[in-house]
Amino acid sequence: MRNKYSVFSLIKNAFSYHENWQRAWKDPAPKKEYDAVIVGGGGHGLATAYYLAKKHNMNNIAVVEKGWIGGGNTGRNTTIIRSNYLWDASAGLYDHALKIWEGLSQELNYNVMFSQRGVMNLAHNLQDVRDLKRRTHANRLNGIDAVYLSTEEVKKFCPIINTSPDIRYPVLGGTLQRRAGTARHDAVAWGYARGADAMGVDIIQNCEVKGIKRNGDSVEGIETTKGFIKTKKVGVVAAGHSSVIADMAGLRLPLESKPLQALVSEPVKPIIDTVVMSNAVHAYVSQSDKGELVIGAGTDDYISYTQKGSHQIVEGTLNAILELYPIFSRMRMLRQWGGIVDICPDASPILSKTSIKGLYFNCGWGTGGFKATPGSGDLFAHTIANDEPHKLNAAFNLNRFVSGDLVDEHGAAAVAH
Amino acid sequence: MFLINCPYCGERDQQEFKAGGEAHIERPKQPTELSDDEWAEYLFMRKNIKGVQFERWNHAHGCRKWFNMVRDTSNDEIKAIYKMGEKPPAQ
Repeated sequence: MRNKYSVFSLIKNAFSYHENWQRAWKDPAPKKEYDAVIVGGGGHGLATAYYLAKKHNMNNIAVVEKGWIGGGNTGRNTTIIRSNYLWDASAGLYDHALKIWEGLSQELNYNVMFSQRGVMNLAHNLQDVRDLKRRTHANRLNGIDAVYLSTEEVKKFCPIINTSPDIRYPVLGGTLQRRAGTARHDAVAWGYARGADAMGVDIIQNCEVKGIKRNGDSVEGIETTKGFIKTKKVGVVAAGHSSVIADMAGLRLPLESKPLQALVSEPVKPIIDTVVMSNAVHAYVSQSDKGELVIGAGTDDYISYTQKGSHQIVEGTLNAILELYPIFSRMRMLRQWGGIVDICPDASPILSKTSIKGLYFNCGWGTGGFKATPGSGDLFAHTIANDEPHKLNAAFNLNRFVSGDLVDEHGAAAVAH
Repeated sequence: MFLINCPYCGERDQQEFKAGGEAHIERPKQPTELSDDEWAEYLFMRKNIKGVQFERWNHAHGCRKWFNMVRDTSNDEIKAIYKMGEKPPAQ
């Protein structure tokens, strides 16, 4: 039986010096066979397992993770959550996720620290202004909250931004989605893991997939470092390593894996109470509850699995940050890291069946997957359980690269690539 | 970040270069005969290898010439560099 977290459990455990908290999830050895196996124990994979168990009554399932859960991109992103995408299909997908975020802490009985502090996107040239206005209208037609702000309104909403007309890329305006914000990334993985585990899902860490066994056009199981696991359904949620897993099944994907960097500063007192993104100069910043500035940089242009990234990318981002926020000029950076993001040619994800029966892929989230975690898990669970996509992820099929029906969100949707 | 030995200019910093993706993807000889599946293969599907990969690079802020590179994407180690049109080294 899983103990519920509450103020009473906190007090009770305080009396025993917090040494007797129940384990949040078990550490089982893999069974011989499961009804479904999720490859990848990041946020999306754990959410998929959670919704498979919760909504589709599939409890004999496992999540296999080569490292530790939430140790990949889930623990390496800037935690921005928003749904202000241009196209109808994307708006549906990301706003579905945002709606789940709004009640997620209560649902999971785990504080994911979801904070709707607003996300502001800046315009620095006339084309930006036109694009952002167009996107604001598109968002509102899709029922997503969005407002366009003048330069003065930008300054009022975030007073530390330098709105002087004399800077290299002056702020000409911006958009604001007030329902958008941030969440604590680790808590999302842990909350979903705890919830899935409570419903009987086996979360198997340090278990790397080495091969996918096929019988003709159907999946029979997976070879792992902890032995063979028989299963008829495999859902791959492996982010940057999706192509590596696909190759094991003889499947080709339209992905390129590149390092994406982020960095945090030393912690300081509250100075910025929202998230500000700027695509044109490629800088986005928010402040964590610990007080660190969380800064997102761009991807390198070459394929790499090194989780490092190039120095000049960070330098470019910090140049832009300093021009927009001169007050940060004395800040020191504490940590920098890179995650491997799998980028689709149309900058939209793939949540899809494949040509192999029982093999499903959830990948291609590129630089912006964290925000979609709950929605992605929910829709991917639906796709696996029913062997059919949900109407919200039908457009994000693998076949769109053959039919040409792409969901082109490159540059059009406030996506900072 | 790493150094790249441009076959025309010598060793330079990686930030002078632009990555051009997977090498040796042949442009269809008969574009009008291609099926949608074959177009998808040519335009979108990529090997995206973790390990030794053949790729194209351009010395964008130097001689602006294209060349090929063999690089291990798991540690960014460059194995070989050869000019366009030359035979790729055996790996």
